[in-house]
Amino acid sequence: MAMLRHARAGVWAALLLAVGGSLAEAKPFRFANDGDVGSMDPTFRNETFQLTFISNIYEALLRRDRNLKLEASLATEWKQVEPMLWRFKLRQGVKFHDGTPFTADDVVFSVNRAATAPSNMTGYFASLKEVRKVDDSTIEFETKVIDPLLDQKLVQIYILSKPWAEKNGASKSTDVTKPAEENHATRNANGTGPFVLKLRDPGVKTVIAPNPNWWDKAEHNLTEVTFSVIQNDATRVAALLSGEIDFIYTVPPQDTERLSKADNTKIMQGPETRVVYLGFDQARDELQESNVKGKNPYKDVRVREAFYRAIDIEAIKTRVMRGQATPVALMVAPGINGYVKELDVRPKYDPDAAKKLLADAGYTQGFETGMDCPNDRYVNDEAICQAVVAMLARIGIKVNLLAQTRTKYFAKILGPGYNTSFYMLGWSPASTYDTHNVFEQLLQSRNPAAKKGAFNVGGYSNPQLDALADKLEQEVDKAKRDAMIADAHKIFQKDFANIPLHQQALIWSMRKNIDAVQLADNSFPLRFVQVK
Amino acid sequence: MIAFVLRRLLQAVAVMLVVSLISFALFNFVGDPINNMVGQETTLDERAELRRQLGLEDPIPLRFARFIGNALQGNLGVSYRMAEPVGRLILSRLPATLELSLAAAVFALLVGVPMGVYCGLYPRAPLARLFQAVSLVGVSLPTFLIGILLILIFAVHLNILPSFGRGEAVALGWWTTGLLTAAGLKALILPAITLGLFQMTLIMRLVRSEMLEVLRTDYIKFARARGLSNRAVHFSHALRNTLVPVITITGLQLGAIIAFAVITETVFQWPGMGLLFIQSVQFADVPVMASYLILIALLFVIINLVVDLLYYAVDPRLRLDRPGKAA
Repeated sequence: MAMLRHARAGVWAALLLAVGGSLAEAKPFRFANDGDVGSMDPTFRNETFQLTFISNIYEALLRRDRNLKLEASLATEWKQVEPMLWRFKLRQGVKFHDGTPFTADDVVFSVNRAATAPSNMTGYFASLKEVRKVDDSTIEFETKVIDPLLDQKLVQIYILSKPWAEKNGASKSTDVTKPAEENHATRNANGTGPFVLKLRDPGVKTVIAPNPNWWDKAEHNLTEVTFSVIQNDATRVAALLSGEIDFIYTVPPQDTERLSKADNTKIMQGPETRVVYLGFDQARDELQESNVKGKNPYKDVRVREAFYRAIDIEAIKTRVMRGQATPVALMVAPGINGYVKELDVRPKYDPDAAKKLLADAGYTQGFETGMDCPNDRYVNDEAICQAVVAMLARIGIKVNLLAQTRTKYFAKILGPGYNTSFYMLGWSPASTYDTHNVFEQLLQSRNPAAKKGAFNVGGYSNPQLDALADKLEQEVDKAKRDAMIADAHKIFQKDFANIPLHQQALIWSMRKNIDAVQLADNSFPLRFVQVK
Repeated sequence: MIAFVLRRLLQAVAVMLVVSLISFALFNFVGDPINNMVGQETTLDERAELRRQLGLEDPIPLRFARFIGNALQGNLGVSYRMAEPVGRLILSRLPATLELSLAAAVFALLVGVPMGVYCGLYPRAPLARLFQAVSLVGVSLPTFLIGILLILIFAVHLNILPSFGRGEAVALGWWTTGLLTAAGLKALILPAITLGLFQMTLIMRLVRSEMLEVLRTDYIKFARARGLSNRAVHFSHALRNTLVPVITITGLQLGAIIAFAVITETVFQWPGMGLLFIQSVQFADVPVMASYLILIALLFVIINLVVDLLYYAVDPRLRLDRPGKAA
């Protein structure tokens, strides 16, 4: 009897241990953001948060490691075998979440799906001529022009299962203009990635669980991930403080200090690859919003330099940004290919020199100018603009600031109208992680036919820089290419084409028991998350 | 009677059309949704093409006519933000809003009426003065602040109630309810109090003044003279007579509660229609905004119609269709 009782106790102890053990192992993870993922469709919207969330479920041929360097994912090897031909070896034995095997056909299908309207990712494929299957484990991309960055772009192109998509009528991307039935891929997902979609309640929450059959060894220790949308800043912070949420992706700047000092939460911050800058309308012969008539003061490099020198970037950093910014002098930040540390030196802040420059340019009394600024796009965007207004007032420039929500702001300043005289914009070359994208989109002369300079809102134009950018676009030799990029940076700086301000700090906040890897592009792959 | 209802219905249709036209015209000022819908790499041509396909280039009257035409066929369009049919989107958020509004109304009544009665019976008691002070807070503090304060106290400091969301919702067909789970009920408490607080104060003050009024009337004196107990006098005679205006106000306020749920839903991330609306405004998601406003207008029109019909039933004077016959 006594033996039996002992035996029973032993069994109970073992059971308890097992339960306790599994409890200790069970690491659910709950995180929140102010906005939702638009859709589960991998080609629905080309936006960082959207793509980073989907990367937990779907995978691309290549992916980025902790330092944003390319590494193998669904492809194991890749090479630009000829100037206009890339070859990828595919990983074998990979299965989609529904059990169908991953094949070369899936890759061809997914690339074509992404490259065809109404996909939002067509911009990645301007150079693509054809993608074709060579054999079951090999894929080739033939390009129309030399494209040294094709591999970089493919990181954002996720692979769907062709049979799954065809069976469910999702062979095409979601088309928001067709008020027909919803695309199956909007709420359902079937990838090869580390997590499987369990529940999708748009605008409320999305639940994913680890994929037990994932080809790679999991670095995370999560058992289930719940992503909730909490739009209100105060509520999101409260949910983190009360422990209902383990991690918040967008941290309101005013709460950063509090969250770093609270007992159970911590802050993780680092500079983001996005560069926030100010630009001038240098295209029009007369500014739309200025009291200078008959000419455009911003066409004069001395005026642009005067503005640059009048801005006290340290004051913006310490007062407006509370230290959460890294000033830059280039249009790209560390982490982007083509960033040159030696060139990242700002001209000295010097209001007296600025006044003199203005006087030399013929504006002894200064002048009046309009300025456009978003108030919900970048960290403290409106406050930065207000600081700039005050700083420019010191050299006699009267700035009329118009700060609006991004929805109105971008409609005003972006093309084809480009209705602004002086504006703020932020940019990160998120498709290629290469400086060429910045030259092509922001600094090359506007040329819609050649798809150059579409976001060159100010219309800056320098034939030398145009030529360099065109040349380096097709340069395969990395050393030569980097030298050209450096030359182009120098032209940009000599021209004072824009005023780069800073990289805003990426700020994440989490409970103290969470370990995450903060990538400089603000992507947040859950495969790096650990709950202790 | 039928003529009266028909006339009312016709008026309702006119109101709906005007409301939708005004709201539709307003959307022209929220901005351009296109730049929210695409990534930064999207070329200007592609943006223009998308804008054209969505019909955003067309003049407002044409877009309005198209929207109304589709809406009459039961097609409210597709959300720009979520790429889902708007009708289904709103329908899926409707239960959350209705449950919250109902809970808030019940809270306002169950707490407001007894407090009002007490204040009416003992206007000089310290507790009555306290209630009065509290009610002042309810009237003067903005909803979002009350919500944040409640979150701070009950979620962050005491850690007993959730700060956001609906807890666990159970699906009963297309209807989802949070009333059947403990987590759902717990999640309902703070938002319902936040949303109902203003109405509670309103009801409390109304009941109090009505009680004071009624208690001075002759029939109360007669009731007392008959030797009825305090209890019988206060509740069956006084309170019952104060309830008529209270019921009217509560009914009318229900529409206001549903419409004003926008703020409470935003603070508590309550997945209702109001939250959907706010998110859509930020995105300039016109189909969702337009549908929501029309739905709210419809709700007000229906409530007013019902109230009118009730008056019609209650007040014999209204039953005379033509004023000429009144004499």
